[in-house]
Amino acid sequence: MFKDVTLGQYYQADSVIHRLDPRVKLAGTFLYMISLFVFNNIICYLVSAILLAVVIILCRVPVGYMLKGLRAVLFIMIFAVVFNVLFTEGDIIWEFWIFHVSAKGIKMAILMVIRLFLLIVSASIMTLTTTPNRLTDGLEMIFRPLKIFKVPVHEFAMMMSIALRFIPILSEEADKIVKAQTARGAKFDSKKLTDRVKSLIPLIVPLFISAFRRASDLALAMEARGYHGGDGRTKLYPLKYAARDYISYAVLLLYIGAIVSLGITFSRLTAFLLQFFAGSHLGTVLFWLF
Amino acid sequence: MPITADHLTYVYGGNKNLKTTAVDDISVSIDDGQFIGLIGHTGSGKTTFLQLLSGLIKPESGTVLIDGEDIFAKNFDLHSIRSKVGIVFQYPEHQLFEETVFTDVCFGPKNLGLPKEEIESRAIEALRLVGLDEGIYSQSPFELSGGQKRRVAIAGVISMKPKFLILDEPTAGLDPAGRKEILGLVSKLCREQNMTIILVSHSMDDVAEYADRILVINDGKLAIDAPPREVFNHKDELESYGLSLPQVTKAMFRLKESGIPVNTDAITVNEALSDILKVLK
Repeated sequence: MFKDVTLGQYYQADSVIHRLDPRVKLAGTFLYMISLFVFNNIICYLVSAILLAVVIILCRVPVGYMLKGLRAVLFIMIFAVVFNVLFTEGDIIWEFWIFHVSAKGIKMAILMVIRLFLLIVSASIMTLTTTPNRLTDGLEMIFRPLKIFKVPVHEFAMMMSIALRFIPILSEEADKIVKAQTARGAKFDSKKLTDRVKSLIPLIVPLFISAFRRASDLALAMEARGYHGGDGRTKLYPLKYAARDYISYAVLLLYIGAIVSLGITFSRLTAFLLQFFAGSHLGTVLFWLF
Repeated sequence: MPITADHLTYVYGGNKNLKTTAVDDISVSIDDGQFIGLIGHTGSGKTTFLQLLSGLIKPESGTVLIDGEDIFAKNFDLHSIRSKVGIVFQYPEHQLFEETVFTDVCFGPKNLGLPKEEIESRAIEALRLVGLDEGIYSQSPFELSGGQKRRVAIAGVISMKPKFLILDEPTAGLDPAGRKEILGLVSKLCREQNMTIILVSHSMDDVAEYADRILVINDGKLAIDAPPREVFNHKDELESYGLSLPQVTKAMFRLKESGIPVNTDAITVNEALSDILKVLK
């Protein structure tokens, strides 16, 4: 019941992307996501999609497995489409009550779906190819400068890695408790909402208790092994950049450059061309493309 | 009517790299009133097998018949076997959740939709069976000791009056006295309440004394199915599965090896004692 969620999980495989430094992947994913929001034309998305496709091929995670995670966000996508189609101002094609469907709205909806799709796939590639430990290591390194402002960076990173580590443990625990209570006749699939909420009590109470028990055990174990926070603590596997990491940074810069120049060129070009061809067939084609 | 497993197979893991067959083509039939010891080392598929028997997970192939009915058939209401098959999981005290011991034990019968008086009389009966006295009925289950918690949890399952009671390592983490108590309780349930018991363990000592029949599971397959005495004759085979004989039987084997002509099929301390005395006379 809790094992179907692939979003945010790690997928073990041996690939270049898996071996990349987590800082590269974090920075890359972050810049990639921003790049999706800067421009609004299809050429830019095409470039983004090509880059993503190359990464997907390189990372050796089965595409089917990756897309399974998308099901969780399908609802958000549908929501975005409906709102964009119905509530975007523009030349109205079809009208009903308070809803106005415009060509611009349809275009925005299509772009929004592409954008969300690329966004989620790129984020899930990062988590699929990076172990939670390396991810938090990377985050800790990136945010280390904030220590000057007395931000407890190491403590936050430790909290995050413990939280991530506990997700599979707690989901397994939840699975066990669901089974145990099912065997005692509990029904978790009741149709009535109130029954359903009530049926969660026998699950949630034991789950909380076990979470607290585990947390206090872990705290004791950490203290027993001399953990006292981040000061003076060294890493077993310190992060070090390799050639592939520098190459990835170069590719990333190249990509950003390409997106920015393409975006500026095409938005100027279409604005310029649309002045002349507005209303004609060519104008329509330009409208949908750029 | 018995429980029958028919060519049961269960495979774990959606990820292709991590597929493991936890239960591999097991067919077995368990008669009413039997006390079964199910043995296998950690990761042999015992727990998965239990969950299949109680209909909590669906098999890849094969099926389970309970009282002649196929519980995985499409129109079969799985809820209806909850009153028939009781299952006590590992560390069952982790599933306690109610405010008082009494209401927690009532949870099972309440889910069966029984009238209030019946629920309460069943809860009292179950709590008596596991040897807890009335003083703690209104206490919170979280304030009890480990052994008491476990007995409350077991009472929570017994109160449903199952015909078949499955226990997954009920003695794990208990001291010797607690272990003896739980095992004594289980065998009492078998004899007095005529429940069919399936007791899972990785320790031969736990099951040797009480079980009528022992099933050994290794690598998802049913390796041995025989009465205890016969099972312990397969000493080498058992050891290759990472299992060992009961301590007493082991001692008798050692005595025989060192030239003392004792029988090696003793499985309780008393049997061994009378056997050794016979030789010494």
